[in-house]
Formats: sequence, structure tokens, C-alpha cells
Amino acid sequence: MKKTFVALLLAVALTLTMACGAFAEDAAAVKVGLIGPMTGAAASYGTSVAQGAELAVSEVNALGGVQIELNVQDDQHDPETSINAYNALWDWGAQMIIGTVTTGPCIAVGAEAYNDRMFMLTPSASSTDVTADKDNVYQLCFTDPVMGSSAAQYIVDNGLSNAVAVIYNNADTYSTGIYQAFKSTAAELGLTIVSETTFTDDTTDFSVQLTEAREAGADLIFLPIYYTPASMIFQQADAMGYAPAYVGVDGMDGILNIEGFDTSLAEGVVLLTPFSAAATDDLTVNFVSKYNELYGANPDQFAADGYDCVYALYAAINNAGITAETSPEDACDMLIAAMQELDVTGVTGEMTWDATGAVTKTPRVVRIENGTYVSVE
Amino acid sequence: MTLFLERIISGINLGSIYAIIALGYTMVYGIARMLNFAHGDVIMIGAYICFVAIGSLSLPPLVGVLLAVAVCTILGVVIERLAYRPLRQSASLAVLITAIGVSYLLQNLAQLIWTADTKSFPPLVQTVIEQAAVTLGLATPEEIAASPNFGSIVISANLRISGTTIVTILANILIMIGLTLFTGHTKTGKAMRAVSEDRGAAELMGISVNRTIALTFAIGSALAAIAGVLLCSTYQALQPTTGSMPGIKAFTAAVFGGIGSIPGAMIGGILLGIIEILGNGYVSTQLGDAFVFAVLIVVLLVKPTGLLGKKVSEKV
Repeated sequence: MKKTFVALLLAVALTLTMACGAFAEDAAAVKVGLIGPMTGAAASYGTSVAQGAELAVSEVNALGGVQIELNVQDDQHDPETSINAYNALWDWGAQMIIGTVTTGPCIAVGAEAYNDRMFMLTPSASSTDVTADKDNVYQLCFTDPVMGSSAAQYIVDNGLSNAVAVIYNNADTYSTGIYQAFKSTAAELGLTIVSETTFTDDTTDFSVQLTEAREAGADLIFLPIYYTPASMIFQQADAMGYAPAYVGVDGMDGILNIEGFDTSLAEGVVLLTPFSAAATDDLTVNFVSKYNELYGANPDQFAADGYDCVYALYAAINNAGITAETSPEDACDMLIAAMQELDVTGVTGEMTWDATGAVTKTPRVVRIENGTYVSVE
Repeated sequence: MTLFLERIISGINLGSIYAIIALGYTMVYGIARMLNFAHGDVIMIGAYICFVAIGSLSLPPLVGVLLAVAVCTILGVVIERLAYRPLRQSASLAVLITAIGVSYLLQNLAQLIWTADTKSFPPLVQTVIEQAAVTLGLATPEEIAASPNFGSIVISANLRISGTTIVTILANILIMIGLTLFTGHTKTGKAMRAVSEDRGAAELMGISVNRTIALTFAIGSALAAIAGVLLCSTYQALQPTTGSMPGIKAFTAAVFGGIGSIPGAMIGGILLGIIEILGNGYVSTQLGDAFVFAVLIVVLLVKPTGLLGKKVSEKV
């Protein structure tokens, strides 16, 4: 009697397992990990990327084809935390990674992922070091040198200034990378840099940098830096009665979201970014309205990068024929091959990739007017 | 020349904030004989309380400052009671490590409550000056709106001392005079000095050591709240780590001026600020901090007790 019962139980268990197996196969989703700062000084970037990516995943899954399961991990813009986040995703069974969002952690995680053969597509880590010597890391954003030289080109083309000052963070690879490209392009184009000053992550007093720029007669300050120090520079320049024009890069995006920040101080600031919520093409309009509906705010460039990352990966997954069963190692090789064939148009423009992992697309120019971003044609 | 003067003014501005923080360090060290490394983080908490009070609760600026002072005073006493008093008889190293622990605890608590996103602190002192001017009938709101430098001393186009700096320096002088009078002429102040000189003998004379030290922490933390508001009114960015670097610099300033000495903290703070800005400006923006600590080393080599430190001969 007891034996029959056990046998029966086993039989039931077996049928259940098979049923589950069949069910799981149907709904099996490709597992995509996402790493970025959700807290910390760069939290604005990470949360935007995650929100953009989540929106894209829900759209893609609604199409009914390949399903994607997204797992978001916080790295606080810290390389060590980022590696922990990566390991957590590896244990979860991630087949590919969107990330990491910021440059420093991306270099650290990229080295681990290279050894593990895990494919990474970073939405926004723009240093060339991110992709250097690693065939498994691709970038969705353009590289620092492209941004630096485009900024110099833009200033010269529009005759914005003939005496430029640069304030950059030389403890940061992103900042110095853009600065160097800016400097060499400025030299080629005959744009005079009258003052170059630096700061570090701990700096709160920018009086030395600003007085030097003013004494040198700079009428425009180029700021290849993140938004937190930029907000302090705007406030301190205003407090000392110095009102130069400012040109920033994509790291400046996020300045309008600082709690308590007087956005009138950023009025007229021009920044080079791949995305503008003010653009009128169908893709952008759809993205902006859905994002607004979900999160009650206009998407910034990072949200757009996250959104495009999912679509680029979705296209590559389909072209390469990756399924939930593909191992991360196989998926890595398949994606590397597929990415180089890819030509996708997203909300950040039309993108193609070469074997180095760098993307080809053109930056857009955005100006801050009345506390919002306005597209400059 | 203008550039040099501009830098001196920036230096005094930065230095007067260091000085106010250093006063807190020096008080606690002078009386409790311990380095309260959590002092910088009490500053940060004070700034957050003020930010929430005038931001989310829309209280008037002065009420916000008073609330910050009240919260920090309680916080200081609680920290002393829970973290430092049980270690009163332990090795000074244990107390030092505890202080570092408290510092991290406060930073992480702040991150938990307010998240790590940078907050933009309002130019509070400037607002208070403008409101005071209107209330006293010295200026109309239209006049203030028309002059962006209201409250500053304008020397030339690029050279001016902002109202915030003037208030910071005045606050410094008032606090320094107040503390000197308090420790020199009141009964409680004398008790403090007695505890500082010889804890055992003071206790035998009927002075409650615990109460005196708790009071010292209360005063030090109240000063920290004021320092936090002044620091953030000047530099306007508030993060859970806002207090740590100024805290370390102010500690340096206290040592530079002679730790335990109240005027020493003030002179040390202002000199340190000037040295930092001049180092940043004339040597390199990368070497400003290195320059500060190099000067400290030289001063300590020449005069180990700091600029105004008293030489205490140990009786054997």
C-alpha cells in the first residue's frame, strides 16, 4: 500500500515536472542583466537607463516574439560594487549585460566579462578604454574623443567664442578623455583655449578655477564634466557675478533634476548629447509620451540610451537566433558577429558598429531654455 | 593684483568655514581629550535638517537653522552617551576607532534617509540678509532684485566680499568671543577647564565629569549645525559625504592653530583656507590639498603644539 502510494506520488511529480518543463520552454525569456548607479552621486544616470530599458523590454515582449527578462543591479558608480553586481547577475544566469552605465565601473566589469566571455553593451560609458582590447564590449553612445572634438567643432562653426576656458576633472577618465580630444581639435581649428584648470571628486570650492577663467578673459567655459560639479560651478560663478556661456557634454544631462537646484542658473547652457526629447520623429514622440505616462517626466539622454540598448540587443538576438538556452559564452560570440552586421535606428539616431565595439552616429545639440531641453538645429 | 586679492578673499571665505568647524573639534579635544571624527558628519546632518526644514516643511530660514541646531545638539549628546561614555576608561585608540565608526554610521544613515542624490542647498544666508534688510526697512524687495550683489562689500568689479562671507566671519568672531568668555568666566566654563586639566582632581572637587563632557558635546554639535548651514550656503551642494573632507581639513586647522586653543582654531582655519586657495591658484589645482598638509607638517616640526598651542609640561 505504502509502495503504491509512493509510486503514485512519483508519477504525479513526474507529470508535473514535464508539464512545468513544457510551460517553461514556452515562456522562457532571454536573461539580460543591467548594471548602473541607482544610488550615489551618479544615481540619475542609472535610474534613467533602467527606466528606459524597462519601457523597451515591455514593448518588445508585447510583440510576442523573443521574450526578454531584465534584472537591474545597483553599482553606486563604484568599480568594486559593480563587480559584485556583475557576479550577482552571473549567478542569476544572465546571458548578456546592458552596462555598465558609467566609465570607471565599466572598465572594471569589462575585464571580468572578457574573461567570462559575457557580452556587454554599455549604454553610456563613453571612454575608449571601455572597449579597448576587449572584443565582447560594445558601446551604444559615441566615444569621448568624438564628443570632445564635436564640441570644439560646434563652438567654431557657430562662432560662439574666441577665448575658451576648460574646467575638467582630471581624476576622471571620462572628463580627461573629452578634454584631450577637445584640446587637439581646438588647436586644429584655431580655437584659443585661454585657461585650463582641473579639480577632483572632493572639490567644492571652484573660486580658483572661475577667477582664473575670468582673469584670462574667457567668454565661454567648456565643461566636460558630470552634473553635480557643474551645478556648483554655475552657482559659484553666479555668486561672483561672472556670466560666461557654457558648453557641456552628455554628463551634464541630469542637471535639471537636482533637488533644490535653481534651473535659471543653467539657462542657455548648450550640451552635446545623442538624444533630444524635443525631436519630432515618430520613434522619439512615441518614446517620450510612453515614458511620460510611466514615470511622469521627460526622458533624458540616459533613458534613451537604455531604451536603444534593449532594441539593439533585441535585433541582434533575433538575427543571431539566441534563445533562453544559449549559454553566455555562445551568446557572446553570436552577438559579436551579429552586432557588426546590425544597422538600427533608435531614439538616439541611426547606429552601426565596427569590430572595435565603437558606434557610429552623430551628436545632436540641445540647449536649456526655461528649465527644459530644446533641440538646436 | 586683483587676482591675488580675489584669491585672498576666497581663502578667507573658505577658511572662516574651516574655523567654525575647527572650533567644535578643539572644544571637544580640549575638554574630553578625544578626537571626535564624527564631527564632520554632524555638520552634514545639520545641513540636511535645515534643508528639509526650509525645503519640504517650508519653515522660515532662521527657524530651519534653530531646528538644525536643536537636532544636532541632541544628536551630539546621544552620540557621546551611547558611543563614547562607555569607553571613557578605555585606551584612546578604542575611542578613536569608535569615532570613525560613528562617522560612517551617520553617513550611511543620511544616505538611507535622504538617498545619495546631490541636493542643491539654497543660498540661505543671502536670503536671510535680504529678508532682514526688508524687515528693518533698509531696502525694498525691488532694490534687492535690482542689485545682484546685495549685502556684499564691493571693492571693484571683480573684487567683492559676499554677504555670506561677512556673516560667516562675524559668526566666527562672535562664537570665539562667546566661547572664550564662557570657558573663562562662568562656573560651568571653569568646570570644563578643570576637567580638561585633571579629570580625577575635578571629580574630587565635586564636578560631574560626565555632565561636563556631555555639555561640551552639546556645544560642539550646536556649532557643527551652524557650520553645516554656513558651509552649504556657500558651496550649495549637499551629499551624505559633504562633511567628511571639510571635517578633515578643519581638524588640520585645529592642529595647525594649536588644538585645544579657541583663538588658535580660528586663526588656523583662516590661514588654512588662504593657503589652500593660494596653493590651488599659484601652484596647481591638483596640489592645493598637498600644499595644505605640507604647511601643517612644517608648522608641527617648528612648533609641535601648533601656532597658539600651550606647552604643557608633564609632571612626573
